Amino acid sequence: MDEIRESLLKQSKASRKDQFGRAISFSALALIVIVVISIFYFVASKGLATFFSDGVNLWGFLTGSEWAPSQVGDNGKPLVGAAPMIIGSFLVTLLAALIATPFAIGTAVFMTEISPKRGAKILGPVTELLVGIPSVVYGFIGLSVIVPFMRAVFGGSGFGILSGAMVLFVMILPTVTSMTVDTLRAVPRHYRESALALGATRWQMIYKVILRGATPGILTASVFGMARAFGEALAVQMVIGNAALMPHNLTSPASTLTSVLTQGIGNTVMGSLENNALWSLALILLLMSLVFNLAIRAIAKKGAM
Amino acid sequence: MTEKILTTENVRLYYGDNEALHGINLDYDQYGITALIGPSGSGKSTYLRALNRMHDLQDNVTVNGNFMFKGRDIYAPDTDTVALRKEIGMVFQQPNPFPFSIYDNVAFGLRISGEKNKSVLDEKVETSLKQAAVWDEVKDDLHKSALSLSGGQQQRVSIARALATAPEILLLDEPTAALDPVSSHKVENTLMALRDQYTMIIVTHSMSQASRLSDRTAFFMSGDLIEVDSTKQMFLNPTEQKTQDYISGRFG
Ligand SMILES: Nc1ncnc2c1ncn2[C@@H]1O[C@H](COP(=O)(O)OP(=O)(O)OP(=O)(O)O)[C@@H](O)[C@H]1O
Ligand SMILES: [Mg+2]
Repeated sequence: MDEIRESLLKQSKASRKDQFGRAISFSALALIVIVVISIFYFVASKGLATFFSDGVNLWGFLTGSEWAPSQVGDNGKPLVGAAPMIIGSFLVTLLAALIATPFAIGTAVFMTEISPKRGAKILGPVTELLVGIPSVVYGFIGLSVIVPFMRAVFGGSGFGILSGAMVLFVMILPTVTSMTVDTLRAVPRHYRESALALGATRWQMIYKVILRGATPGILTASVFGMARAFGEALAVQMVIGNAALMPHNLTSPASTLTSVLTQGIGNTVMGSLENNALWSLALILLLMSLVFNLAIRAIAKKGAM
Repeated sequence: MTEKILTTENVRLYYGDNEALHGINLDYDQYGITALIGPSGSGKSTYLRALNRMHDLQDNVTVNGNFMFKGRDIYAPDTDTVALRKEIGMVFQQPNPFPFSIYDNVAFGLRISGEKNKSVLDEKVETSLKQAAVWDEVKDDLHKSALSLSGGQQQRVSIARALATAPEILLLDEPTAALDPVSSHKVENTLMALRDQYTMIIVTHSMSQASRLSDRTAFFMSGDLIEVDSTKQMFLNPTEQKTQDYISGRFG
């Protein structure tokens, strides 16, 4: 009797293993959470110091158009207007997504509807290859192909928002395309069948049923591309011209949040206003990527079929 | 002697090298309901989908035989399948409205045919939904998503969607299989009410449904048409032993 009781009370080997596994995965999770929280805390505390310890006005920071943190303006306040970079970032991002999305849709339709067999064979390897190319290579190609091209077509230096957008367009295209392909593939077969059974042509089936049904997914893909474009630093920095000026047109040198960050962060002293102002830019980046994430979730939730 | 609206002769259909239909001969008068019954895998859906060329969507399917719809060869090389499918509509087993509003679902067939006139669309949507006996349940909110309806309502909207293009023939592949008895009953009533205006071919596993609904019943087994006769004759006094066995539930 006691024997049975003892063996029941004693932990079995399997349940000990189970606990061990649980402990490992829990600690991994805890570590990740701690890292994420620390990053947020670090960026936020540094980024907010600009406003709290250095006394910069938040509104002025967001809307001011002069960026020269080491100098003071006529009013005696430091010149930390981040608007040129914020606008630059949004412009390159939106432009890149605006060009990439139709391209992605076209390619995806070809690969899923028109030539699925060849599509599957080509898309996978090509996407993996393109995603694997380091961004400095994209930037370098942009520098040696796109910038001279822009110079020839629009005059000027060739550096600018348009060049940045073009490079980003190429960079996000594979991701956006493969996500769009996934959404098109996920459109249930019966939608296709019922559309055709109602006398739709193949083209009508594609754009009236499949693309319409897949709109939330395509939007998600597009926002995903934007998130990637918004955070890309190196490639953009190489072709945008890096002038912290309000962009007046798409082909004059400009800058983005990321390009200013990569350039400046090594050249400023920790704790100084110049340094803190850069952290504020980083904070904006972080918040934006949060916004992109939330947008993706919201779209996915709303469009769940 | 009435003119047959649809005749199929010696239908052989292959999935790859596998012959799934072994020479089916069946024809249909205009109007009325023909039920296709038979055990699972006997080729009912396969046969039905051959009638509006749905097998075209798949690569490895070969269809042989003679299909005549109002004197035209369905499988002639110059057949416009798009036009054909507007005349031979289809309702599937799973209720499958598009993820659009009820209105847009029903108007779909008309819109793709180029109908833009709002009042024509409104009217046709209303008549089709009434014909499908779902109008009273959805009329207050035609612009809500069809996916928010119950399965039975969705299936009746799918029927309305198929009716809106005014097909001559309606193919129904187990249209009530996914529905509860109350919804099935409503769909059956819908079909009953349409029997004087449409030629309907319905696949069903329910013997009682076949006997209630159809004028004529065809019994399929293993890719062969065993017997076809008036429903009354088939259920009361079938010629073939196999039919007798299947109907009385001895196999299948
Ligand atoms: N897409 C396909 N590819 C290959 N074989 C198929 C395909 N569809 C059906 N078959 C085969 O053809 C035969 C007839 O199938 P079918 O779906 O027509 O039967 P059914 O009578 O409709 O059965 P159920 O009552 O279960 O719906 C079966 O043996 C099936 O395995
Ligand atoms: Mg079937």
